[in-house]
Amino acid sequence: MKIGQIEKGERKLALANLGFAYAAFLIGTLCGLLQVFIRNDALTLPGWLDYYQVLTAHGLLLAIVFTTFFIFAFFQAGMSRTLGSFGHKVLLWNWIGFIVTSLGTLLVVIMVIGGQASVLYTFYAPLQAHGLFYVGLALFVIGTWIQGFALIGHYRAWRKQHKGEFSPLFAFMTVATLIMWVIACLGVVAAVLFQFIPWAFGWVDGINVELSRSLFWYFGHPLVYFWLLPAYMAWYVIVPKIIGAKVFSDSLARLSFVLFILFSIPVGFHHQLTEPGIASFWKFLQTVLTFMVIIPSLMTAFSMFATFELRGRELGGKGLFGWFRKLPWKDVRFTSIFIAMAFFIPGGAGGIINASFQMNEVIHNTLWVVGHFHITVGTPVAMTFFGLTFWLIPYLTGRRFTKALQKLAFIQIISWSVGMLLMSTAQHVLGLMGAPRRTAYTGYAHDDALAWFDGILSNHVTMAVGGSILFLSASLLIYIVIQLWWIAPKADVHQAESFPIASSDVSATPRFLENWKLWIGIAFVLIAVAYTIPLSDLIQHAPPGSGRFQTW
Amino acid sequence: MHLHKYEKIWLIFGIMALIIFLSVVGVSAFHQGHTPSGGHMKIDPDKVFETAPFDQPGVYENEDGTYEVVMVGKAFGYDPGKIQVPAGKEITFTVTSADVVHSFSVVGTNVNMMVVPGEINHKKHTFQEAGTYLVICNEYCGSGHHFMSTEIEVVEQ
Repeated sequence: MKIGQIEKGERKLALANLGFAYAAFLIGTLCGLLQVFIRNDALTLPGWLDYYQVLTAHGLLLAIVFTTFFIFAFFQAGMSRTLGSFGHKVLLWNWIGFIVTSLGTLLVVIMVIGGQASVLYTFYAPLQAHGLFYVGLALFVIGTWIQGFALIGHYRAWRKQHKGEFSPLFAFMTVATLIMWVIACLGVVAAVLFQFIPWAFGWVDGINVELSRSLFWYFGHPLVYFWLLPAYMAWYVIVPKIIGAKVFSDSLARLSFVLFILFSIPVGFHHQLTEPGIASFWKFLQTVLTFMVIIPSLMTAFSMFATFELRGRELGGKGLFGWFRKLPWKDVRFTSIFIAMAFFIPGGAGGIINASFQMNEVIHNTLWVVGHFHITVGTPVAMTFFGLTFWLIPYLTGRRFTKALQKLAFIQIISWSVGMLLMSTAQHVLGLMGAPRRTAYTGYAHDDALAWFDGILSNHVTMAVGGSILFLSASLLIYIVIQLWWIAPKADVHQAESFPIASSDVSATPRFLENWKLWIGIAFVLIAVAYTIPLSDLIQHAPPGSGRFQTW
Repeated sequence: MHLHKYEKIWLIFGIMALIIFLSVVGVSAFHQGHTPSGGHMKIDPDKVFETAPFDQPGVYENEDGTYEVVMVGKAFGYDPGKIQVPAGKEITFTVTSADVVHSFSVVGTNVNMMVVPGEINHKKHTFQEAGTYLVICNEYCGSGHHFMSTEIEVVEQ
């Protein structure tokens, strides 16, 4: 085993998660392709398959399954790489967690394919899926918790052995992300265990719809940070190494992750700005808290570009922007992630619009939101994951990312960018014109709706063209993954892919940043301030519960 | 903790922007009264059509010359189907759901309300121009979701 290579046990574990992630990716993107064609009437599904089934599968498989499995593969490989190999117990619990997560996923997918759960990935009550759908969701979350706690256990063991030292930045960020994930899931777990499961199996008669929605969104917004933070980890820790630089500032990197723990959870009401049952004051308070995540986002943007500029100047870049051309553009591991970051600039700006107390009314539940989703999760997150895939799979399989495959990888990321740009621009524009999301057709007999089909950025042209390019790009990625996994030539000692981790100077990092009790404590105080009164109001002044509806 | 000089400038700029954004949103909300739809009245979701005012949905003129539109969303339509309201008058929409979650969204306006069973939602709006406005459900409610729409006819008085 050469230096920097992780043990076989962890390699297998990470590959199992990656395999699941890319299987979900393939089916999920196929569902996406079907959707753009159904929406513009170019395709009719067979009788046994319904648009909303396809839509549910697309959302679940890409937004939840692909992301989560990929993230755990990245965490497991990275934790082993930075903290040393897993003990027997850590490895075993990771496998148990993986199996539970997989079983939950399969149960959910079976219910969706069986037509028992066309409830989309938000599964809003009182639409009632089969009880096993909710059991599947619960298993999924529990499985991620088991894997998460196993990784945290590995981290704790490391800290015991290295008293007084700072943990490596990668491990710190993994733990921060997992803490946020566990706290965030409490909401959806409470809703599923105490509301959905008893109601779906008929043990209770009614469900408090507004409470279930608030608990869902308590989880639903931090969920997007659960996708985003691993991408940020790659930006902070992996990218500097790839371009030959150091982490810009260890303490700022840690501080930004701490701020994400604090400000990504008490913000869910900004998804519920247009609904009754929650007083304006609480909606406004959560709008303010939502805006706070702008600070760590700006810190991240600064660190990234500072790193790029410093490195570019080191390589001889002159003048105001000369450094920009010196960056290693020919390295697809860097270029893919750079483009991903660029997409996050309009993505973040759109997010500020979505969360704004009044502006939300203009775009709420329109195609704008779908466009926003695709230039945040669909590009910055997904494309960062692609960039990681290009070295992570060969690192784990011991194969070579050959020149030919690198060329294909460039075609893949460029086509993905072009497809996303076309599709999401069309979606943003159509959303501003009032076109709804989550509908099979938009053929309303009204002038305002007919306008959605006029012009270049209309429903049937740009969205379908963008969607088709995206599917081709996704297929190409799957081809690259298969090559890197089974077919590409084996690497010898000199060609072996490494797991890039940038060095990070902790000499100026203050101790309190790694005091988890402090941050978890503050997080719970903020959550209590933002949620206690409105949630207890929803419980105390609950209307009679809603019954069960299957309207598909 | 060490902060680079440029980073300080960048963060001060960011925090100032944040303060300005939030001030605009706050003044607009609490001084000018621009709040999104909401409400605190509850209703038995099984007895919507037996409970006032939803037992007689429709358009009502108030004594002060404003209007109230009482409407029920249900899979897959609105009750009443088509309505007529005057231009230039303040209209309060009062909506609830008889079954699952829907929305009542008037294309081209800021009327974009979630229609949640058990809850009654309100939104005030004044149509400045006469014409026919498209109302759609933009929250997924089942297989007929994309058929769920209606129109509001706004007439000059």
